Amino acid sequence: MVLSNTFSKSDESIHSTFGSRYVRNALPRFKMPENSIPKEAAFQIINDELMLDGNPRLNLASFVTTWMEPECDKLIMASVNKNYVDMDEYPVTTELQNRCVNMIAHLFNAPLGEAEAAVGVGTVGSSEAIMLAGLAFKRKWQNKRKAEGKPYDKPNIVTGANVQVCWEKFARYFEVELKEVKLREDYLVMDPVKAVEMVDENTICVAAILGSTLNGEFEDVKLLNDLLIEKNKQTGWDTPIHVDAASGGFIAPFLYPELEWDFRLPLVKSINVSGHKYGLVYAGIGWVIWRSKEDLPEELIFHINYLGTDQPTFTLNFSKGSSQVIAQYYQLIRLGYEGYKNIMENCRENMLVLKAGLEKTGRFNIVSKDNGVPLVAFSLKNNSCHDEFEVSDYLRRFGWIVPAYTMPADAQNVTVLRVVIREDFSRTLAERLVIDIQKVLHELDTLPAKITAKIALNGENADKNVTVVTKKSAIETQREITTVWRKFVMEKKKMNGVC
Amino acid sequence: MVITTTIPDSGEHLDSTFASRYVRTPVPKYKMPANPIPKEAAYQIINDELMLDGTPRLNLASFVTTWMEPECEKLMMASINKNYVDMDEYPVTTELQNRCVNMIARLFNAPVGETDTAVGVGTVGSSEAIMLAGLAFKRKWQSKRKLEGKPYDKPNIVTGANVQVCWEKFARYFEVDLKEVKLSEGYYVMDPVKAVEMVDENTICVAAILGSTLTGEFENVKLLNELLTEKNKETGWDTPIHVDAASGGFIAPFIYPTLEWDFRLPLVKSINASGHKYGLVYPGVGWVVWRTKEDLPDDLVFHINYLGSDQPTFTLNFSKGSSQIIAQYYQFVRLGFEGYKNVMENCLENARALKEGIEKTGLFNIVSKDVGVPLVAFSLKDSSKYDVFEISGSLRKFGWIVPAYTMPPNAEHIAVLRVVIREDFSRALAERLISDIEKVMKEMETHLIRVSTKTAHVTATVDETQDGDDGGKKHIKKSARETPEEIATYWRQLVARKKTGVC
Repeated sequence: MVLSNTFSKSDESIHSTFGSRYVRNALPRFKMPENSIPKEAAFQIINDELMLDGNPRLNLASFVTTWMEPECDKLIMASVNKNYVDMDEYPVTTELQNRCVNMIAHLFNAPLGEAEAAVGVGTVGSSEAIMLAGLAFKRKWQNKRKAEGKPYDKPNIVTGANVQVCWEKFARYFEVELKEVKLREDYLVMDPVKAVEMVDENTICVAAILGSTLNGEFEDVKLLNDLLIEKNKQTGWDTPIHVDAASGGFIAPFLYPELEWDFRLPLVKSINVSGHKYGLVYAGIGWVIWRSKEDLPEELIFHINYLGTDQPTFTLNFSKGSSQVIAQYYQLIRLGYEGYKNIMENCRENMLVLKAGLEKTGRFNIVSKDNGVPLVAFSLKNNSCHDEFEVSDYLRRFGWIVPAYTMPADAQNVTVLRVVIREDFSRTLAERLVIDIQKVLHELDTLPAKITAKIALNGENADKNVTVVTKKSAIETQREITTVWRKFVMEKKKMNGVC
Repeated sequence: MVITTTIPDSGEHLDSTFASRYVRTPVPKYKMPANPIPKEAAYQIINDELMLDGTPRLNLASFVTTWMEPECEKLMMASINKNYVDMDEYPVTTELQNRCVNMIARLFNAPVGETDTAVGVGTVGSSEAIMLAGLAFKRKWQSKRKLEGKPYDKPNIVTGANVQVCWEKFARYFEVDLKEVKLSEGYYVMDPVKAVEMVDENTICVAAILGSTLTGEFENVKLLNELLTEKNKETGWDTPIHVDAASGGFIAPFIYPTLEWDFRLPLVKSINASGHKYGLVYPGVGWVVWRTKEDLPDDLVFHINYLGSDQPTFTLNFSKGSSQIIAQYYQFVRLGFEGYKNVMENCLENARALKEGIEKTGLFNIVSKDVGVPLVAFSLKDSSKYDVFEISGSLRKFGWIVPAYTMPPNAEHIAVLRVVIREDFSRALAERLISDIEKVMKEMETHLIRVSTKTAHVTATVDETQDGDDGGKKHIKKSARETPEEIATYWRQLVARKKTGVC
């Protein structure tokens, strides 16, 4: 006789994920869990939580690419396990990086011979690129001062106050003083005249931005070059220029080829550009190009051999994935000059459509210029009842992420909303955004009326005391509430520790 | 009447890729091509060229993960277009990073309460992690010296000569003097006694390595802590310790939980670990954890608002992908403590099997220890006839990438081959590697005999010419060994020269 035991539960391995106990347990937050769980459960749990992240393609705050062709996705996935730094093991991947460097250097009119290798490197982003460029300038300047027998302990760098935070990081981490040219309400980029005035013997370089983060404007690098040449003649300091072309580097050569901002200007010694902005690659790649070998001090380059053979390395990061480098090469040969030009022209077109739609509402001032990075920065003509931050909040309900922020000194009372037009922001989306903005304005317009009535009511009841109760205006109450909530959210975020 | 027009023969879009003109034109190398090409062609051209790269899983030089479960790859692909730095837009991804930091901090016994938030951050790798940790030490030391009214322009850091290049980079880029404790034959890690002797008032920290790149050994952090505590009592300098646990951080807690190397030692203020080594994630993620808030100076943390709301940031990189962070969290949740332990135990077992196989040949000395990172480092008992570099070259023919390298000072005369045992290096592969090594050694021996006969012939000829030459000078006959060696060196240098240029 066969005795059979009935199990009270079926074998765990046949449970569907949502029928298993794994979706009933609290997700580990502070300590690594003791036991393993099936991979399907792990995938599902994490995938589901991530549904609550914003939709990358509706994130109009970011310059960083959010869409690539499926063929490229295939290449990316196939190389996700290649450690880029193993030059000896992955010579083709290394070769692809070198080709990208060459192509970008030529795009920027670096003074190179026909088959001469350009000097440059792929990085994780413009932050690393800028730190490497800054380091090169600092070392060159120090060597020069040592040779002259002068003090070299107080290097500084001259930029506009509109610089991206990575310049401030560079300055603070590498102990270089940051001398910022203050903005004005009507001039939101670095003024070349003021910049050159601020240059002194300790200046390691002047950094100009091609495509300011705040309003997309291109700084006048040519004028800066001309003025700085004059000053250098007088002083003999030989101060060079670096161009932070994080956004503009992949726009200007295609839309504004006659604009002289790159190595055509003799004082420009290095340029950085983000492959993951208008280079049209996913997040995680930047490029820095030097004019010539002389502009990159040899002592900053390391040679190692413990991966098997001699490998020169000058980056802050060592091990990293190869996917983005390969993706950048894909884009460069897939699109070619013509392809990039078409995309940039489309972006500009859609930017003009959005701008026209916003102007038609009659409620906004356009702060960005037509020439520059394709984005629209706009502020409310009248922000006494509602401000740009509220417009930004309300737009979230439709799914759009449109950031609002204040300008740096000395234009702090200017607040703008900014929409970045990326490759995948089509005309349809532009028109839809305009409609949704109109809906938001409509809603905000109706709001104050309701709250003022409520306050009036409360005011009457409180009037029993002798003390005077100041009626809070509709906007002040609203602002208070928003501030309290924002603080609450911020507190939650602060508790999470360093970024 | 309907007039029909024939469509001009634009057969291009019908061509299969390999029938099209795209595979006939030379690949662009220096200048961006003027025109676009179809995406299928672009994909095929690049994919085909990449076939000539080494196979990542046979790359036994690397500690970095080369295999992950398909479910995880799905998650990675789905998040590849998320810019990690957008904390406001991707709050869940940010939350996942924080959970990882918390888990790693507790794994390293950081003194945090049950539900306290640990202080740490995700980075692109241990290089960035080490630079951040070093920066924090430098800033703390400078602030302390300023308060004491003492000079703060000559900071230094004490490490072993076996450090990975990122420490040398940190030292050179951030202008900190690197004081290296030299190695000696038979002792390939930092000697804590010598290290503590080298500490002076300008030392910002002493860096110990848990899992040396060269031999996988764990340095004796506990002894270092005790000696340094003694010295600090005498001098009052309060010199702290940083542990570079790039490899060892995800091994020691699972295999050697009683080994005290982490925050259990009071002088350890920060630890870095590579998520992409034994954290079992693809390249592109590292972690640095600080003991407490006090160990991370506030003026190094930036607050920005132009992505929409206030965001604190303390990393060298800004924009980067989110995939690896999510993959790290996947691994923690999927494997748990038990899972990681099983993987590490498997690695150790396979390392042992490989070591025994290599010892059995009778031709090698094992340089690595049993306790440490699961790898096998071995040198030739007799390098007079051929060296490890040639063995490395020959193994390539079979597809294996096994690096050979020399030790740093003062053990430069020792050259080793190193095989790293990763999660995906199974017993079957270990046995196959052993048999291929045996084949290579046999080849080395027989090849040598053949060369000797050939060169003997050549030497005879040389002698004849030299006899005719008269100048009273002594002519040194080149041995059978030296001539092929010279040729090999010449070629190697030629290839090396071609590789120079910024990485």
